[in-house]
Amino acid sequence: MSKGLMLYPEPKSATPEGKPPFPYILLKHREIPDIYKLEVYRANSGYAALAKTLKEYKPEQVIDLVKVSGLRGRGGAGFSTGIKWSFIPKDESIVKYVACNSDESEPGTCSNHEIIDGNPHQLIEGILIACYAIGSKIGFIYIRGEFARGARVLERAVEEARAAGLIGKNILGSDFSCEIVVHRGAGAYICGEETALLESLEGKRGFPKLKPPFPANVGGGVYGAPTVINNSLTLATVPHIMLNGAEWFTQWGTEKSKGIALYSLSGHVERPGNYELPMNTTFRTLINELGGGVWKGRKLKCIIPGGSSMPILPATDEVLDTTMDFEGVAARGSMLGSAGIIVFDDQTCIVGAVLRLVEFYKDESCGKCTPCREGTQWLVQILHRLEHGHGRPEDLDLLLNVGGNIQGKSFCLLGDSAPVPITSAMHLFRAEFEYHIKEGRCMVGSGANRPPKREVAVAQ
Amino acid sequence: MNNGTTASEQKLSEEARQRIYALRKNYPEGRSASAVIPALHIVQAEIGFISTEAATEVAGLLDMLVSEVEQVVTFYRMFFTKPVGKYVIKVCDSISCYLRGSDELLEMGKEKLSLKLGETTPDGRITLMKIECLAACSAAPCAQVNDEYVYNLNPELFVAMLEELQTAEENPYYLP
Repeated sequence: MSKGLMLYPEPKSATPEGKPPFPYILLKHREIPDIYKLEVYRANSGYAALAKTLKEYKPEQVIDLVKVSGLRGRGGAGFSTGIKWSFIPKDESIVKYVACNSDESEPGTCSNHEIIDGNPHQLIEGILIACYAIGSKIGFIYIRGEFARGARVLERAVEEARAAGLIGKNILGSDFSCEIVVHRGAGAYICGEETALLESLEGKRGFPKLKPPFPANVGGGVYGAPTVINNSLTLATVPHIMLNGAEWFTQWGTEKSKGIALYSLSGHVERPGNYELPMNTTFRTLINELGGGVWKGRKLKCIIPGGSSMPILPATDEVLDTTMDFEGVAARGSMLGSAGIIVFDDQTCIVGAVLRLVEFYKDESCGKCTPCREGTQWLVQILHRLEHGHGRPEDLDLLLNVGGNIQGKSFCLLGDSAPVPITSAMHLFRAEFEYHIKEGRCMVGSGANRPPKREVAVAQ
Repeated sequence: MNNGTTASEQKLSEEARQRIYALRKNYPEGRSASAVIPALHIVQAEIGFISTEAATEVAGLLDMLVSEVEQVVTFYRMFFTKPVGKYVIKVCDSISCYLRGSDELLEMGKEKLSLKLGETTPDGRITLMKIECLAACSAAPCAQVNDEYVYNLNPELFVAMLEELQTAEENPYYLP
């Protein structure tokens, strides 16, 4: 293979001295490279949480403990995991399922990817505990199709675990029996939306469904059975909570956002990577201390705090000193979402960046509802015109108008998210949009030196 | 699989048919349609794209209507309905990769291979595409060759990758 090509993402998320900034919990594979193997995982307390759970806890006690731990969904919504599990009917005659959402596709977010490739048994153990808690006999792992290697890693881990009596009938000699099925998607961002994921799992197009019934209700989950859908990170955290106790987890974080989380740091920063940190860590600590600051000695322009669907935040001291928890980020007018922090330097043309952000939603719109399908296409056309120097004075109001006709009028959150980069960027950097219309080129960055009104094809 | 695919190559091997049928056991009784996406991955790995004949065979193996299989094929990004190159290079072009130079890689790829995005080189070896977020944002820019990741690319490495794929017999970036 050609020299220098990297088939593993290089984890740079350590301090310059090479020590992790915080003891690894979910990222143990960085210290123990062979932990993907069952024997190594078990030698490092692997499946001890499952054994303890089956021996010492009734299912409802597991749910209570997870509630007390304060664990909140890591996929983006931040809903209490224990409360979500408690919505599942207790009637034993009703079939139930667990679906692990490993369809990580939100731009700026790459932490699921690492823990799946690096420590598959940790995830499997979490799913088994969730299945025990709600009374499910099958746990599906819906993994995005592009994670072909992750699916191979998981399938091998499932086989290893099955051979060791950790999956299948009477697990570890208990009355609990459970299967794990690794199910590959095939490339559709929308399948990370829970109801679209269920449709896809049933072998259909990934179109979101109307709620209610909610997935936890009879008629709302996969095959109509009540279903718990949790993100990979949420489920991978569960074994650690069961093994160490709820209080252990609550020692970190803030009043309402407990524990540790994985933060994906990307963009114009010296040391991008996944960082495992307590939830009361500030943006300043992550970006400047751990991430090594903005690259090339440049200044910070703005950040996106939680994956591309979240409003852009300015580079103010107030923002940098905000803790990266659900409430802290919300107080600044954005959301923590999937904890993907994207850093923009001061040489970034915001119009070009917003075009790229909105193109994502245009490409990924599932097509089910008209406002999103047509509206995202229209937004991209206007932004493309602006970026290439053919913008018109009325285009800025038109962008906001079209965006306003997608938000709240589309079937799912994808449509609500699509205009977010535009509204937040225009609020912070309206002058750059106006400059594009007036001068026909970028205000900053390499595009500032190009001739105005570039000859370009219409956006496809 | 290159553009010279013959009609006989568009049918599934017996081994692939058996693997697809075996997928049914992963799902509850009467829910064999759930196996359609995993089944189509088996088809594409063998033929290189989803031919009409193969889609029809999948429908038969999973007790589905052909139209039900086809609506899945046409919805999901990873499935090709026409032959593509032996190696499909998908460069991530979402925000985190864009900020670190993915556009430059795409321009370079188009120039070096003398093609537009979505096209295949005349020898049937390489198709160049852009793709939305591959979830490797902290190792940007990244790309996939078929379904395998290559991380932390830069122009020099990207050119080295293109050169390597001109002659590689097997995908050099496959990790088990």
